[in-house]
Amino acid sequence: MRSNQLSIAVLALASVALWAGHASARDQIRIVGSSTVYPFSTVVAEEFGRSTSFKTPIVESTGTGGGLKLFCAGAGLDTPDIANASRRIKSSEIELCQKNGVSKIIEVEIGYDGIAIARSKESNSIDLTLKQIFLALAREVPTPSGEFVANPNITWKDVDPSLPDIKIEVLGPPPTSGTRDAFNELAMEGGCKTFPEIEALEKTDKTTYKRICQSIREDGAYVEAGENDNLIVQKLVANPSALGIFGFSFLDQNRDRIRGSLVNGVESDFDNIASGKYPVSRPLFFYVKGEHIGTIPGISEYVNEFIGEKAIGDYGYLADRGLIPAPSDERKLIRADVNAGKVVKLAAEN
Amino acid sequence: MVDPRSHWQSESFKRRLRRRNASERRFRFFGVAAVLVAGAALSLLLVSVLSNGLGAAYRTEFALDVEFDPEILGIETPPPGEAVEILASADFGAILRTSLMRRFPEAEGRSEIRELTALLSRGASAELADRLRAKPALLGQRARIWIPTSDDVNFLLKSRESDSGANPSTRLSDRQVGWVDALMDEDRVANRFNSRFFTAGDSREPELAGIGGALIGTALTLLVTLAVSFPLGVSAAIYLEEFAPDNRWTRLLEVNINNLAAVPSIVFGLLGLAVFLGLFGMPRSAPVVGGLTLALMTLPVIIIASRASIAAVPFWIRESARGLGASPVQVVAHQVLPIAMPGIVTGTLLGLARAMGETAPLLMIGMVAFIVDVPTNFADASSALPVQIFLWADSPERGFVEKVSGAILVLLALLAILNGAAIMLRQRFEQRW
Repeated sequence: MRSNQLSIAVLALASVALWAGHASARDQIRIVGSSTVYPFSTVVAEEFGRSTSFKTPIVESTGTGGGLKLFCAGAGLDTPDIANASRRIKSSEIELCQKNGVSKIIEVEIGYDGIAIARSKESNSIDLTLKQIFLALAREVPTPSGEFVANPNITWKDVDPSLPDIKIEVLGPPPTSGTRDAFNELAMEGGCKTFPEIEALEKTDKTTYKRICQSIREDGAYVEAGENDNLIVQKLVANPSALGIFGFSFLDQNRDRIRGSLVNGVESDFDNIASGKYPVSRPLFFYVKGEHIGTIPGISEYVNEFIGEKAIGDYGYLADRGLIPAPSDERKLIRADVNAGKVVKLAAEN
Repeated sequence: MVDPRSHWQSESFKRRLRRRNASERRFRFFGVAAVLVAGAALSLLLVSVLSNGLGAAYRTEFALDVEFDPEILGIETPPPGEAVEILASADFGAILRTSLMRRFPEAEGRSEIRELTALLSRGASAELADRLRAKPALLGQRARIWIPTSDDVNFLLKSRESDSGANPSTRLSDRQVGWVDALMDEDRVANRFNSRFFTAGDSREPELAGIGGALIGTALTLLVTLAVSFPLGVSAAIYLEEFAPDNRWTRLLEVNINNLAAVPSIVFGLLGLAVFLGLFGMPRSAPVVGGLTLALMTLPVIIIASRASIAAVPFWIRESARGLGASPVQVVAHQVLPIAMPGIVTGTLLGLARAMGETAPLLMIGMVAFIVDVPTNFADASSALPVQIFLWADSPERGFVEKVSGAILVLLALLAILNGAAIMLRQRFEQRW
């Protein structure tokens, strides 16, 4: 018994020592980053692994910020090769990258993501303007006399007499989610700006402006339903009077159960999101570490698979998964930039 | 003279008796109610998981007449007896397309043909290639072969069953539904057992995704956990219980070990990230790192269980052995440890069962990832069963709902086996004094 245990322990320690030694050799692409890009990135990775002789890349869903932090941790082979992002890289992140020796960051835009506002198919859709969204969900709303008061609106009718007399009940993502960031920025701030007096604040008092425009009420009308968009969809089906906020791909996959609301009179469909007519949409990216191209096998091939017409084209397989393709001119530009090896630079360097 | 109040037939005595009986009944009622609530919750979970999850091991397939045309495939017919060399460029998709178009000649134009091929799974051509590899005689032949369909077809059939045929909700177009109906009339559509679910790695197509990679990842991880935490934990327990002096330092140590057992698992993940990945530079997402991290988490559990089990060995066993001339090490190795072993093993199994269900520590060391290749050794990137459940639950495709339940069923079965083994070992080998 004891000698057995001893040998197991020795074996374990020996194996630990062994792997501690050879961590450097790697023949598999490693991708980290946004949970919004994850569903697209994994589909491309799988297709890439199936159709080429390279190994299928490993994709981790760490969130945009967490992913770029890992990505910028250094140029060594123990760092990821690609970071997915649901927003453009920040200058602070570029600086971090450069400080750690990552200077060749190649930006690739892959298309657009819309944020859908939807309701169960059993009830009529509620069509909204950005202003109405803001008035329904903001923590503080302006009064006609120009003061800010805690949001008094209880039903949609309170927001606007043309809307139905139904309690405001919106299920959406928590603050840790990239979708929430984008919703705050595009929908809430967009609605906020329709008040001229608030827009004037942006120049004079930026902190108040941000507080007013990007705070969502916490009195129960807005329910944080967790990071899992599937859960929100299920809750909408169970509760036909509620509205939900989530990524467009979840609306697209569940069109038989839920219906998207018009926002500013525009329907959330492929064409309107791609053309920018639908107001709550954002571009998606991934960033490639130039230092690793040529060292880790398959990176250029993966990038080419991703930006090929077969994937991000109008009828590409990513469109089937809910990615909104960029207009075809933009796609040509993306390809030209990638082929030229264009590197991200700080604003000051340009 | 006896005090009349304490006479057993007195009014006050009877009242007190009634009150005591009532409190007894109340106590029993709450006990039964607690058991019933727990049982109802458990059976609700089991029923919902079972009703969803049994479908996970099945997928919808079409029987298609496929012609393995060597010309389309670009494969040369080998001399008899030799293996077929299948090139990566062989276009099995084209063969499937031709076969579908032959069956439905009315489909014309690019978009219609796209709709037609969209009925099949994206992995259909890869599976067809495997079929040919397994049976090279098919080359140049026409054969009826079951081809996996896309997830939407599976869903169409399911929603028809549940809605009793009335207005089935589907993402398929009317034309596509018509094609499926035509195949159904010929008995060419069936739900068939999907062995891939148990052998394959992850995939973004529900009909191709499997828990094989995650199962092996979990097994490799737990092996490392066991190999590290069991010997270390038992040694620590023996030392603390049998040899260590009882002073301030060992008592402090004891408090710390008890605390560690209650530390949230994410903390161990951060520790693993800092030590194994940061300091030792071990590979990300590897089962060896996951195993070591979970070993840190399991260690206090094993130490506590082992100490309790060792302390339960009667003192006279030790004293008799010492009296017969055994050294302290001999006493432990020959007497105490064998008697305490059932308890130690039980504690270890329960610790492992807890480690098996963890995702939080694995998140930090990169095991929460999309990994298609099934791991083959301790350094390969791999995920684990609970991680796989978490990732699938977050996928937009509807087909993953039943995959999630199926994976939960497998995880529950494994946990039941581990816990059952713990109970069996205890009953079989435990000694009573």
